[in-house]
Amino acid sequence: MGLARGWSVALRGVEGHVVEIEADVGGGLPGVHLLGLPDAALHESRDRVRAAVVNSGSVWPNERIVLALSPATLRKTGSAFDLALACCVLAAGEQVPQRSLDRTVLLGELALDGRLRAVRGILPALLAARAAGLRRVVVPESALPEAALVPDLEVHGAADLREVLAWLRDDTPLRRPGPVAEDTGPPAPDLADVVGQDDARHALEVAAAGGHHLLLVGPPGTGKTMLARRLVGLLPPLSGDEALALAGIRSVAGRLPAGVPLATVPPVEAPHHSSSMAALVGGGSGLARPGAVSLAHRGVLFLDEAPEFGAHLLDALRTPLEEGEVRLSRAEGTVRYPARFQLVLAANPCPCAPAHDRDCVCSSLARRRYFGRLSGPLLDRVDLRAQMYPVTTFTTAADGEDTATVAARVRAARGAAAERWAACGWRTNAEVPGPELRSRFGLPRAVVRPLDAGMRSGLLTARGADRALRVAWTLADLAGCARPDHEHVEAALYFRDRRAA
Amino acid sequence: MAAKDELGRRGEDVAVQYLQDRGLVVLDRNWRCRDGELDVVAAEADVGRLVVCEVKTRSGTRYGEPAEAVTGRKAHRIRRLAKLWLAAHQVRWCEVRFDVCAVLIEQGRPPTVQYYEAAF
Repeated sequence: MGLARGWSVALRGVEGHVVEIEADVGGGLPGVHLLGLPDAALHESRDRVRAAVVNSGSVWPNERIVLALSPATLRKTGSAFDLALACCVLAAGEQVPQRSLDRTVLLGELALDGRLRAVRGILPALLAARAAGLRRVVVPESALPEAALVPDLEVHGAADLREVLAWLRDDTPLRRPGPVAEDTGPPAPDLADVVGQDDARHALEVAAAGGHHLLLVGPPGTGKTMLARRLVGLLPPLSGDEALALAGIRSVAGRLPAGVPLATVPPVEAPHHSSSMAALVGGGSGLARPGAVSLAHRGVLFLDEAPEFGAHLLDALRTPLEEGEVRLSRAEGTVRYPARFQLVLAANPCPCAPAHDRDCVCSSLARRRYFGRLSGPLLDRVDLRAQMYPVTTFTTAADGEDTATVAARVRAARGAAAERWAACGWRTNAEVPGPELRSRFGLPRAVVRPLDAGMRSGLLTARGADRALRVAWTLADLAGCARPDHEHVEAALYFRDRRAA
Repeated sequence: MAAKDELGRRGEDVAVQYLQDRGLVVLDRNWRCRDGELDVVAAEADVGRLVVCEVKTRSGTRYGEPAEAVTGRKAHRIRRLAKLWLAAHQVRWCEVRFDVCAVLIEQGRPPTVQYYEAAF
């Protein structure tokens, strides 16, 4: 009887911390003492682990067992430590060799009969393990496709504790992950389905090319939702790093699809307007969990009927829009989740929303109040505002361009932008900081004169001017120009025009 | 005598035999006072140490190992009783050790003893 050591990973948000688990067996009355700030779920693992060990045909040491999880000051949550705790106890009881536990990360929740259950956050946990130099991991069998996403790791999958113990004792092989399957998803709906709406189509194309935020305003039934849902088809597939970051967030949220976890299609999140703050930006007691803004990381956050969202919800989007991440503080600490999403808002012009604006029966006060729910600071961050018009002819044949054609142009424009900013580490025009746009990549005075005029007359804020500049760069990329000229800046301002909103 | 008392009695007999085999001198058995009972009080004659032994007997492990039933509360009570025993016998000063003797008496098998020295 003695001491054993094993490894597991604690998660704080999407950050993992490698946890060393020590088991000391002997010297006192039988009982299990768990040290190292465990939460309720982890406290219960004492009983789970014991039942699982006994039901797996192993002998539970009938002595005093002290289990220490270090770093001791880090709060540990969840049931993912079960497997590591069980193996450490058995190693301390000299039922499995300590040598086999060395440099091995064990993750998984144990059922009372010894089955190994999947836990959330396997992917970020393994990334942390790899960063800490641990190369061998054992995960629940059902988490193998997720674990396979992390390269340079020796990943083993087990169905129950018995299999893990056999592997630890005499290297009975466990299951290995198959090749990484990429999910290209179902084909996005085609842009050709949308009838008319040349302005809004153009705005959609610019939004896709530059990563700009978009507001679509128009009467019901003109295709706002249709258009917004077709934005994803125009976006390029996620790069490896982006897909991995997204999969990490989904893993923590428990939203990773089984089987094919690595989605390269940009995500679309379309929360209903009755959503809570916690659902939108992330939250929950103890330590916050990711919300819709993080699940839409590197993708599209689509808010249909935007004025129906509570004003506080919309305004909560302002910081993530600006910073590309959310920091959420709760009792157990602050977590950071990436949230670099593209915002698409759709709104009716007024509560009654007739097909033709002249038929509106709302009072001017009602109209203002309805639209006033979209606050100035929020609208200031929306680069593109497009008005949609009622469809006046019934045509069965779609006359607009299809997704493939537009996506090709978007790809070319994004390519040009990425090449230009590559040295600075930005990928889209929307990511370029304002000061850089004004100094290093500054434009001649004559070109930016409309911005000057706008700011002087109070129609444009300083941030608004920066954002208009970014749109101008995108328009130039789409037109194949090296840098924006006077016309592009004017067009960018036209897209910002408050009359559209 | 109820079956459980009978079992306890047999367990204590086993424990006393075990202690004597280890060379301890049993001073008292089932010492009672208003606050409870001490199972066995013994002495390690050669080092002059008093050993207060709690005997816990079970007929199976279905409800857990016998020694698991000695909880913190029980340990606390035994410590208090030990002080009362020392006072009652006017022992001025001596070293005291608290042990637990877990006896498992399963049907048709010889009793097994697991002994926890200085358990609390």
